[in-house]
Amino acid sequence: MEASLIGTDSVQFIVVKIGTEQYGIDIKYVDNIVRMQKITRVPKIQSYVKGVINLRGEVVAVMSLRLKMNLPADVFTNSTRIIILKLGQQSEVGIIVDEVKEVVTLETSEIEKTFHDMKEEKATYISGIGQHNGELISLLDMSIVMAEKEKD
Amino acid sequence: MDVNQYLEIFIDETKEHIQNLNDQLLVIEKEPENKDTINEIFRAAHSLKGMAGTMGYKRMQRLTHDMENVFSEIRNDKMKVTAGLIDVLFQSLDAIEGYLNSIQETADEGTDDNEPIIQELNRILQEGVGAPAKDTNKQEEKKSEAAENGEKFPMKFKDMKLQDHEKSAMKEAIERGSNVYGVSVFIQENCILKAARAFLVFKAVEELGEIISSEPSVQEIEDEKFGLDFSLYLITDATLGKVLQAVKSVSEIEEAVGQAYEEDEAGSTVHTEESVKEEKQENEVAEVKEVSEEPSVQQTTPAATAVKAGNVAAAGKNNKPVINRTVRVDIEKLDSLMNQVSELIIAKNGLVAISESDNEPGKGNMQGVHEQIEYLERITTSLHESVMKVRMVPIESVVTKFPRMIRDLTKKLNKKMQLYMTGEDTELDRSVIDEIGDPLMHLLRNSADHGLESPEVRRERGKPEEGSIFLDAYQDGNSVVIEVRDDGNGIDVENVKNKAIERGTITAEQAETMSDKDIIDLLFLPSFSMAKKISDISGRGVGLDVVKSKIETLGGSVEVKSVLGEGSTFIVRLPLTLAIIQALMVELGEEKYAISLDSIQTIEDIPVEEIKYVEAKEVINLRGIVIPIVRLDEMLEIEKDEEKPENLIVVIVKKGDKLAGLVVDNLIGQQEIVIKSLGEYIKNNKIISGATILGDGEIALILDVNTLM
Repeated sequence: MEASLIGTDSVQFIVVKIGTEQYGIDIKYVDNIVRMQKITRVPKIQSYVKGVINLRGEVVAVMSLRLKMNLPADVFTNSTRIIILKLGQQSEVGIIVDEVKEVVTLETSEIEKTFHDMKEEKATYISGIGQHNGELISLLDMSIVMAEKEKD
Repeated sequence: MDVNQYLEIFIDETKEHIQNLNDQLLVIEKEPENKDTINEIFRAAHSLKGMAGTMGYKRMQRLTHDMENVFSEIRNDKMKVTAGLIDVLFQSLDAIEGYLNSIQETADEGTDDNEPIIQELNRILQEGVGAPAKDTNKQEEKKSEAAENGEKFPMKFKDMKLQDHEKSAMKEAIERGSNVYGVSVFIQENCILKAARAFLVFKAVEELGEIISSEPSVQEIEDEKFGLDFSLYLITDATLGKVLQAVKSVSEIEEAVGQAYEEDEAGSTVHTEESVKEEKQENEVAEVKEVSEEPSVQQTTPAATAVKAGNVAAAGKNNKPVINRTVRVDIEKLDSLMNQVSELIIAKNGLVAISESDNEPGKGNMQGVHEQIEYLERITTSLHESVMKVRMVPIESVVTKFPRMIRDLTKKLNKKMQLYMTGEDTELDRSVIDEIGDPLMHLLRNSADHGLESPEVRRERGKPEEGSIFLDAYQDGNSVVIEVRDDGNGIDVENVKNKAIERGTITAEQAETMSDKDIIDLLFLPSFSMAKKISDISGRGVGLDVVKSKIETLGGSVEVKSVLGEGSTFIVRLPLTLAIIQALMVELGEEKYAISLDSIQTIEDIPVEEIKYVEAKEVINLRGIVIPIVRLDEMLEIEKDEEKPENLIVVIVKKGDKLAGLVVDNLIGQQEIVIKSLGEYIKNNKIISGATILGDGEIALILDVNTLM
């Protein structure tokens, strides 16, 4: 992830809203964005995995970033979306976001690296902070977001 | 063009031949005089050699050649089959298998010459025949003789270098009663179209018999790359005179001389051949060159092929051709598939026709659609069956290697035993077949090592000294059962119990309350070995647990039945197919779940008051059998309203001979479902084995009954 930030001059991010904050997801990991749909609960699994959805005949797991980052549970509204991510050889996985706002292009100069010294849990999921039109966007480190995190 | 395209066939066929040889060797070990078997082995070794030669695998060819020689002698009653010989032959087979594995991975046979085996084979051959090795004096005599004769028209064919397979082909022909002649042809000096004349000579000779080899090669002669003479060896039923006459009948031929091919000559050629071989081993590239220069002409496999084979071996080092997993399919199965696909197209066209006439009002359309859907349903069901059948392979391909393994174990363990197999034609999905070999092998080893007693003990116990191991396969409903049974000691439950307590796996108190069956199940725990000492065969403690987990990943189950002193039986139950199952759909609260129909025994309507408690666990008494009740809603953490029904719908499921009753809210019905994986993000979930997508797009989860019990 970091290599890609350094290697290219600009990176495109999809800006999403989770709670009050804006997050950026590197567009190269995004396979699809779908509307909220019925999520089938799977019993006895990681708490942050909400269940599975039917994505054109394939069964795809959906997880809640909010729960993973220890934020209050999701409230589903009309603008709630599921972003389907695909990371290399791993199978697809969906993450729930409150809203998809726009696609922005950030120059590497507009990205500020963060250091993982913050105590907050969610800080570890963030690889950098981007500035766009005077707003701050927390850039998600997808490899960590999608990695298996054993709770408790 | 290269021989690469034949590689798969070569590998397949070599495997078959190796298996065949294994089987036949086992037979001949018991009946050393069995002529049919000896012939069969000879043929198999011969085909192996031929194939290896064609593909350019020299080392493999050499080894098989020596094997063939041994059997040729046995066939001619010149030597006897001995136990030592059988051992060496088995070793040779293993070596050939080694070559094959290497070829499969890299298209190259590797560099192991297996010299000790070859030497051993030759030693046995010489001892057996009782003949001295090579008579060099004679050979020299022969040469000088040739020099004397060769004034103007020397018998140049005597100097020809012959390939092993050519020599053996000639030898075989002589054994068949055919004549083998060496012929040298001399063309007139003033001849203009030498190549054309030579071609006519070849044609004339080929009418009489088969040309084994020529010098220069056919290719070189065609290119006119030769002087005024050429030599060839041929197999024919005609006399030498007739052959020479035929040759001379071609115009502008000065003279033709010939002589019958002799065994002694073979000796001399062997000698030159060996020096050539040593060079080959040193340098692969040189080998290719060598082969191309060597005069080897056979009707169907000219020198050119050998060169190509050499190229392949060299090329294989760079790009590794990984052999695809293949299934050999009976053409009938494919035909029926084709038929169904055409029916599918007809059904589709039917639907198209209906949709086109959709504008016309009337109920007729709806009915038409329903009819087409029913038709479609029928076709998809039979298509599914056909595709499944295509994927099915008889377990024979796995179990045929077992008799050999048991034979080896007999020697290693110093026990007498015999393997009896039935139901080898039982078919299983290819993906299951690929995986089932190791677990079965392990179970057999287990039976041989732990199950069967030593001959002395068996005698004391009044059993026949030779132990019996049975491997029975049969289809049972939608699953295939493979039983590995032995008439050995059986599992000593007390012994296992003590061992488990000693190891701290269970406490003494726990042991008190455990049933024999539970104790036996301890054997399937990781790193639980009963072997008193670690042996080569088993006892490292990575045994039965691996067997169990392997079989469970295949969707199957293992159970053990054992009677102390009489033997034990391991029962492996495997699903016929992995992708599509018949399932019962049930409802729990708002959620839908699928239960595999295979595991369902019955469905019962049980009044709440019939639920009894045993050790604080809910059970029901169903026609005299006490069955524990599993509250699926609690197990699956399903929220539901507090309303208590008077009757419970209980789905009775079985795992082996264990039963359990699953309480569900509603039955939806039976359905054919396609199993989808939940993906790698959902972990630690053993209750759910997968998911399926229903007709309305909704997802239903598939319950793994085995983990609920």
